[in-house]
Amino acid sequence: MDDRRWTMNNKDYRTIWSERLGMNESGPILEARNIEVKRGGTILLNIPFLSIEKGEILALIGPNGAGKTTFLQALSYLLKPFQGEIFFKGQKVGSGQSVFEYRRKLAMVFQEPLLFDTTVFNNVASGLKIRGMKKKEMEDRVVEQLERFGISHLSHRSAKTLSGGEAQRTSLARAFALQPEILLLDEPFASLDPPARESLVEDLERILKLTKTTALIATHDRLEALRLSDRVAVMNRGKVLQIGPPDEVMNRPVDEFVATFVGVETILPGKVVKKNGGSFLASVSGKEIEAVGEVCLGEPVILCIRPENVILSAHLSKETTSVRNVFQGKIERIVPFGLYQKVQLGCGFPLVAYVTNHSLEELSLTEGKEVRASFKATAIHVVRKGESWKGF
Amino acid sequence: MNRKIGQKILLSVIVVSLLFITGMTSVQAQPKTIILATTTSTQDSGLLDVLLPIFEKKTNYFVKTIAVGSGQAMAMGQKGEADVLLVHSPDAEKKFIAEGYGINRRLIMHNDYIIVGTSNDPSKIKGLKSSSEAFKKISSEKTLFISRGDNSGTHSKEKAIWKVAGINPEGEKWYQQTGLGMGQTLNVAAEKKGYTLADRGTYLALKKNLNLDILVEGDAILLNIYHVIEVNPAKWPKVNVAGGKAFADFMVSKETQDIIKTFGIDKFGSPLFFPDAGKKEEELGK
Amino acid sequence: MDLIFEGIKKAFWLIITFDPEVMGITFLSLQVSGIATLISLFIGISTGVTVALSRFIGKRIVVSLINTGMGLPPVVVGLFVTIFLWRNGPLGFFEILYTPTAMIIAQTVIATPIVMGITLAAIQQLPQKLRLQILALGATRLQMVWILIKEARLPLLAAVMAGFGGVISEVGASIMVGGNIKGYSRVLTTATVMETSRGNFEIAIALGIILLVLAFSINFIITQIQQRERPR
Repeated sequence: MDDRRWTMNNKDYRTIWSERLGMNESGPILEARNIEVKRGGTILLNIPFLSIEKGEILALIGPNGAGKTTFLQALSYLLKPFQGEIFFKGQKVGSGQSVFEYRRKLAMVFQEPLLFDTTVFNNVASGLKIRGMKKKEMEDRVVEQLERFGISHLSHRSAKTLSGGEAQRTSLARAFALQPEILLLDEPFASLDPPARESLVEDLERILKLTKTTALIATHDRLEALRLSDRVAVMNRGKVLQIGPPDEVMNRPVDEFVATFVGVETILPGKVVKKNGGSFLASVSGKEIEAVGEVCLGEPVILCIRPENVILSAHLSKETTSVRNVFQGKIERIVPFGLYQKVQLGCGFPLVAYVTNHSLEELSLTEGKEVRASFKATAIHVVRKGESWKGF
Repeated sequence: MNRKIGQKILLSVIVVSLLFITGMTSVQAQPKTIILATTTSTQDSGLLDVLLPIFEKKTNYFVKTIAVGSGQAMAMGQKGEADVLLVHSPDAEKKFIAEGYGINRRLIMHNDYIIVGTSNDPSKIKGLKSSSEAFKKISSEKTLFISRGDNSGTHSKEKAIWKVAGINPEGEKWYQQTGLGMGQTLNVAAEKKGYTLADRGTYLALKKNLNLDILVEGDAILLNIYHVIEVNPAKWPKVNVAGGKAFADFMVSKETQDIIKTFGIDKFGSPLFFPDAGKKEEELGK
Repeated sequence: MDLIFEGIKKAFWLIITFDPEVMGITFLSLQVSGIATLISLFIGISTGVTVALSRFIGKRIVVSLINTGMGLPPVVVGLFVTIFLWRNGPLGFFEILYTPTAMIIAQTVIATPIVMGITLAAIQQLPQKLRLQILALGATRLQMVWILIKEARLPLLAAVMAGFGGVISEVGASIMVGGNIKGYSRVLTTATVMETSRGNFEIAIALGIILLVLAFSINFIITQIQQRERPR
C-alpha cells in the first residue's frame, strides 16, 4: 500500500464546522502538528496535522498497534518524548502555556477504571482534591456527577467491590467532575461485557451532548465510533489514513485498508474499459461492472461495495430494473454475523451481501444455491490508485 | 521534580541532625567515660554492680563495662579500644605486658576454680588433690567433659591443666566446647551429666538449680587470680589515661579491698573473692 | 515446665511492681527500636518509592542489592558498625561506640533495607497505568508520589511492622555496638542473653515474655489499623 499524503483545506473546513456547531470560534480548540514518536527505530506515530473543534467528538479507530493510545498519550503529554507541537486554543503548549497548566484542562479515561482504594465518592472527588478545591464546591460537583452516571447509590461503597460497569462509570464520573475542556478516552468500553457496554455508551453519548464536551475517543469498535462521533479518523501504523464524518469514511473509504477496516466486505480490483460521461465500466475478472466516478480509460481502480447495498433475489430471470449491475452467482458460504447473515457469493468475482434471517428463510437461501445479486452503480465507491485525497 | 528533590534533601537534613543530636547528647551526658574491659564471670558475680556506683560517685567518671572473655578483653586493649582491663588469665596477661600493650599490672583479688560433676561421678575423681590427675582419669574413662571453649580466663585455666596432664582433648568425642558463658556452660554440664571446670562464684550462684557437686578443689593451679591492667597510652593516644589509672587505683584502695573481702557472705555464706592488693602473686594459696 | 511458670510469675511480678530496672530496660528497648524504625521509614520509603518509579541503567542491580539487604545478617551489621565506630576507626571521633546512639545506628542499618524492599515491591505492584491516570488527573509529580504511597498503604504498614519487628528482637548487633551496659545501653534482648548466660533462667524467661508482649501489642495496634483499611 503506498503512502498517501493528504492536505487539509483549513478554511473551508473551519467555516463548515463553525456553521455546523453554530459557533463563531476563532480557531480549533486543539491542533497537533508534526507529531512523531519513534521507539528503537520503529515509527509509532507520524501525524503531520490534526485539529479538533470545540464541542466536537472525534473517534480514532484502527487495529491494535495503530498508534491510537500513543497519540492520546502524546496529546496529554503523558508520553515523553515526542516530536512536534501542540496548540491549545491557538497557544503553543510548552512556551506560551506550561505543560502542567495545559494538562489540567484535560481529563483522560483508560480502558481499566484505575480507581483508588477508597470509596466511590472519594474517587470521583480525587481530581478535585488534587486541585485543592474547597470542600463544599467539591461535594456539589461529585454529587452531580454521581447522579448523572447513575451511581449515587454506590457513593459510600469501596471501589474494590464494584462491578466492571460500575467501576468504569466511576472513572468517567471522576473525569467529568473536572469539567475538562477536552476529554480523552482510550478504549473506555473494551473491558466491559455487552450489556454494561451498551448502557454506558448510551449514557456517555447523552452526557457528552448535554455538556458539549470536546472529546477524543480511541476505539476498535466501529459501531461505537459511528454512534458517538461527529468525525472519525482511521489510523494504521502510526498514521491517520482518513478523517471525516462517519458516513463519509464508511461509504467512501480512501483505500483498501480503510475499506476493510470500516466494513466494506467486497473490494474488487479492476480496470476501466469504457467511459460514458460520469459513469464507466470496469472489467473485473472478466465481468463488467458499472460505477460512477471521474476516471481515465485503462486506469486501474478498486471498487468497494458495502454488503448492505447488495440485494439478493431468487428469481433468476432478468427483470427490468434501474439497477445496472445484476449478476448471477452461487452461494459459497453463509456465515452468521451478529444480527445478520453474511452471504458470500461467487459471481465470477467474490461478492458479499448481508441478509436478515427473515430474508434468508423467505428466499430459502442455502449454500450451493444459485441466486441473483444486484447493486446500484452509485452504491459503489471507487478508489483510484495514486489519487490524493482532497476534501474534508 | 525540583520539589521532590528539595523535600528529600530536607528529610535527610532532619535525619542527620536527629542522629547528631542523639549522639551529642549521649556524649555530653557522660562527663568523662572510661571503658573497662572485663570478663563475663567478673560481671556475673555482681561485684562490679556494687563497686562501680561507689567509684562513679567519687570520681564523676562514667564507667562502661564491657563484659567479654579475657581473650577479647585483651584484644580490645591491644587495639586501644579499652582504657583499663580487669582480667584473670595470667599467662596471657604477662604476654600482653611484655608486648607493651599494658602497664601497671596490679594484683586485686583471687578466687578459685573447682571441678564439678554429677554426684555419681563415673570417673571417680571425687576428693583427688590434683586437678591434672582428675583430668587424666576423665580422659582415660572418656567421660563427658564440657569446656567453655571461648578463650576466657576459665578456658585458659582449663587448657593449662590439660597441658600439665599431658593430654590434648581437642577433637575427642567426649570433649565438648560450648563457646558460652560460665552460667550457661554449667547448665549444659548439668543437662548432659558431664564434668566441667567452673569458678566457685558462678557455681555458688547457680547451685540450687544444678545437680552438680564439687568434686575437686584446693589444687594450687586452680587459683583464679585477678589483675587490673592499664592500657598503654604510648601505643594508643586516645586512651583515657587518667580514667584508667583512677579506676586501677580505686581497685587496690583499702576501702575497695574491704568491700571485696565481705562480698557474697550474706548471699552464699562465704565470700566470693579474697582481696590481695599489695601481695605478690607467688604468695597466694599458701 | 515449671521453669516457664516461674518465669511467667516473675514477669508478672516485675511488671506489677514497676521494677525500675526492668522498666528502664523496656523503655530503652522501645526508644532505641522506635527511633531506628522511624528513621528507617524515612529513608526506606523515600528511596523505595524513588527506585520503583525511576528508570535508570543498573536498576536491576540496585533492586537486587536492596533485596539482598533485606536478608542482611544483623550480627554482620553489628560487626561493621563496630569497626566504624571504634575509637581508632573512621568515625571514632564521634565517640558513640557503646551508646544507645550506636544501637540506633545499627538497628537503622538493619531495618532500612527491609522497609526499602517492601516499599519497592508494593509500589511496583500497583498497576502501571495508575501513574498515568494520576498525572492525567492533573497531579504534580509530588502529588502523584503521595497518592501512590497512599494506594500502597497496606503493604507499607506491613513494612513498618517488619522493620520494627526485626529490630526490637535483634540482639547480636545490639550487644556488639551497645555493650549491654547496665542502666545505659541494656535492652530487653541483650538483658535476656546476659541473664541466660548467667544461668538466671527465671529472669531470662520473664524478660523474654515482656519482650513478646511488647512486640505483640505494637504489632496488634498496627495490624488493627491495617485491617481496618481493608475494603468491606
